[in-house]
Amino acid sequence: MNYKTLIKSVLLIIVGTTALAFCKKGAATATLASDAAKKVYVAPGEKDEVYAFLSGGFNGQMSVYGIPSARLFKIIPVFSVFPENGYGYDEETKDMLKTTHGYVPWDDSHHVEASMTEGKQDGRWLFLNANNTPRLARIDLKAFETKEILEIPNSAGNHASPFATENTEYLMAATRFSVPIPQSSVPIENFSKGDFKGTVTMVKVEPKTGRLSIELQVLVPGFDYDLSHCGKGKSHDWCFFTSYNTEQAHKMLEVGASKNDKDYILAFNWVRAKQCLDQGKATAHSGEYYRNYLPENKPVVSEKISGVKMLHPKDCSGMMYYLPTPKSPHGTDVDPTGEYIVGGGKLATVIPVHSFTKLMEVKDKPEHRTAEIMNIPVLKYESTLAGEVKKPCLGPLHTEFDGQGYAYTSCFVSSEVVKWELGTWEVVQHLPAYYSVGHLSIVGGSSKEPYGKYLIALNKITKDRYLPVGMELPQSAQLYDISGRKAELLSDFPTVGEPHYSQMIPAKLLMDKAAKIYPLEENKHPYGIKSEKEARVVREGNTVRVYMSQIRSHFKPDTIEVKRGDTVYFHITNLEQDFDIPHGFAVSGAPEMPNLLIMPGQTRTFKWKAPNPGIYPFYCTDFCSALHQEMQQYIRVTP
Amino acid sequence: MKSFFLRKLNDKNRLLVIGVGLVLVGVFFTPIWHISLDAPQYPEGLGMQIWVNRVVGSTPYDLKNINLLNHYIGMQEIASESIPELLFMPYVLGYLIFGALVTFFYPRIWMVCLGVFNFAVLGAVGFYDFWRWEYNYGHNLNPEAPIVVPGMVYQPPLLGCKEMLNITACSYPSIGGMILFAAVFTLLFLLWTERRRFLDGI
Ligand SMILES: [Cu+2]
Repeated sequence: MNYKTLIKSVLLIIVGTTALAFCKKGAATATLASDAAKKVYVAPGEKDEVYAFLSGGFNGQMSVYGIPSARLFKIIPVFSVFPENGYGYDEETKDMLKTTHGYVPWDDSHHVEASMTEGKQDGRWLFLNANNTPRLARIDLKAFETKEILEIPNSAGNHASPFATENTEYLMAATRFSVPIPQSSVPIENFSKGDFKGTVTMVKVEPKTGRLSIELQVLVPGFDYDLSHCGKGKSHDWCFFTSYNTEQAHKMLEVGASKNDKDYILAFNWVRAKQCLDQGKATAHSGEYYRNYLPENKPVVSEKISGVKMLHPKDCSGMMYYLPTPKSPHGTDVDPTGEYIVGGGKLATVIPVHSFTKLMEVKDKPEHRTAEIMNIPVLKYESTLAGEVKKPCLGPLHTEFDGQGYAYTSCFVSSEVVKWELGTWEVVQHLPAYYSVGHLSIVGGSSKEPYGKYLIALNKITKDRYLPVGMELPQSAQLYDISGRKAELLSDFPTVGEPHYSQMIPAKLLMDKAAKIYPLEENKHPYGIKSEKEARVVREGNTVRVYMSQIRSHFKPDTIEVKRGDTVYFHITNLEQDFDIPHGFAVSGAPEMPNLLIMPGQTRTFKWKAPNPGIYPFYCTDFCSALHQEMQQYIRVTP
Repeated sequence: MKSFFLRKLNDKNRLLVIGVGLVLVGVFFTPIWHISLDAPQYPEGLGMQIWVNRVVGSTPYDLKNINLLNHYIGMQEIASESIPELLFMPYVLGYLIFGALVTFFYPRIWMVCLGVFNFAVLGAVGFYDFWRWEYNYGHNLNPEAPIVVPGMVYQPPLLGCKEMLNITACSYPSIGGMILFAAVFTLLFLLWTERRRFLDGI
């Protein structure tokens, strides 16, 4: 036994014994089965069974992995610029990152949500939140590209977002950092006096096109709203939001926000809210925001919108209730039947499970209420409680379900996943994770029909798992097979950015629908061309527009002359109509514009300020053919 | 023997002749010939169909991609417009169908023989033309092409498969072609039954 294995064993023993000591039932820890390698091996030429879409946390992107092989297929830039393909830089996509704060080329992206029809994944879109500069994105699952970004006004920290209702009627987005709404410079200690507020935003999804629009905002007490999940089946009309810092502390939150024994899950009846909106109970409110939309092969359409409809809980009774939940809850997860609402109290010693049926029974009975906050009734903890999983682990966070009556909860502090049974609330297995697991993801996600075969644990810390590469190690994920009676660890793999949350979708739902090219005849770009014959250079004063084509293995026009100081737009159309034949475009020394990757049939624009006189090469950066290296030419800049 | 050629077709065969005419209409709506190209960089394959009046790719983009591939070796672009035969081919087919119609109203053995003769002559000319067409595309290469392999020609096979550099080209009749073959065989079969009837003295 070498030193490393020794440490690992000791660690395992520590984690194991902690878990054992903690859990009286003494369920066994997971063991590494020797045939695990076989279960993740996907032979050359074979395809994976599942797509995993992992948010990138602080890198603002989303990455696409194959499961079970854990091979990385693609990085989809969403809120971050991506020099690899020019996303966020070129004239077509840069307005995608436009906000009321200006151009914000980065964000902190946590939660991936898959579109659903009747509570089941439908493979149309994915949605992703931007926490830092509140935004919400729609990623199209034909092109695997970001097609829309909507800014959320009257929000500071779009964390409890984007969570979809059963038919993707709406996406919910609640604010993490409460602030004065509308914004104003008040003393920060006024937080404790209730000057700060939160909002819950209902974002409408147009069913055919997926276009997003803000339909309504609801003003809520100034807590920190953390996560959300919407109901299904009988709880279809409801969404549930966790909140912490109900103490409304504004200093040393670590202590100040951890005082109350119970914080709240906010139960929100969105159908009722819509009813109140239709009855004219919401009022016009300030709030400016951008809506940026990328039509198929056209430049982005970016529009600034002013004002929202705001609803106050006092004007819409029966819309909201608070369910006390121990202690600083993170996850609020609804089981596939829609009956159980599981809270994940970061600091709690139990996993509380609320019953939807009980909630319906007691919500309007005064004897089950203890208080009211901003006209939102607070119900008694016991009144809605279905049961508690006692001493499951340390730091339970987030729960997913396998559709077989079992729930899996991630435990941050004790670095493990606990499997427990719905109804008996008994822990049946402890699965170690390496290390500090945040969210979990099961194939089929939070839908009505999980495809309970694989589970991934999305970890924050890696420590000894991989070869050291300096001070910072990659974040990582762990793959478990949960199809058997006992879940089993299959592999661990490093990820791109922090894998905050994920949606896993069976491959058969997506692979045959993936687009291969942009049909050239459908190219509606105002500066696109359909053939080499149309390639030309047009001067308009100091602006030069180059209508350029690319096809294996040449550009047209291939030699260009401009004057110093000209603003040159290279409108480049890739005339190829063959799968996987993008061409690149880069100009030597261009300071503001990185590489462009132009898909077959697509037009994109490289903007260039003609510098000092000289000869400047341009070339194709994507190895496209045997004559790729010949796919190069010159721009002459004259004085 | 003379009396055999002048004999009337029996009613069944008369119907068979008009049937052949009707089935031949189908050739207007189906590809006659199919050439496929397989290469490692095209795992899904590329294909080209020859219809009575046009040449198209097996998918909307295949012909474009075949031409892209061909431009490396300096082969001229394959386009329906540059193949004049395609302009009168539909009339040839129309003539054959018209022949079936005439034979239906004037059902004589010699008319069927004429039909078979027409098929044979047009078929031979067609095959020769197709071969010549392949020959020209395969041999008349741009000497300034990026890739010149000395002594290499790129003539696809008339029928069957052939390796050309890293590409396997296969050429086979498609539905329309099979209809044409079936039509000839039906006419031959018809003549055979008529001859049996004649010899049996019916
Ligand atoms: Cu190229």
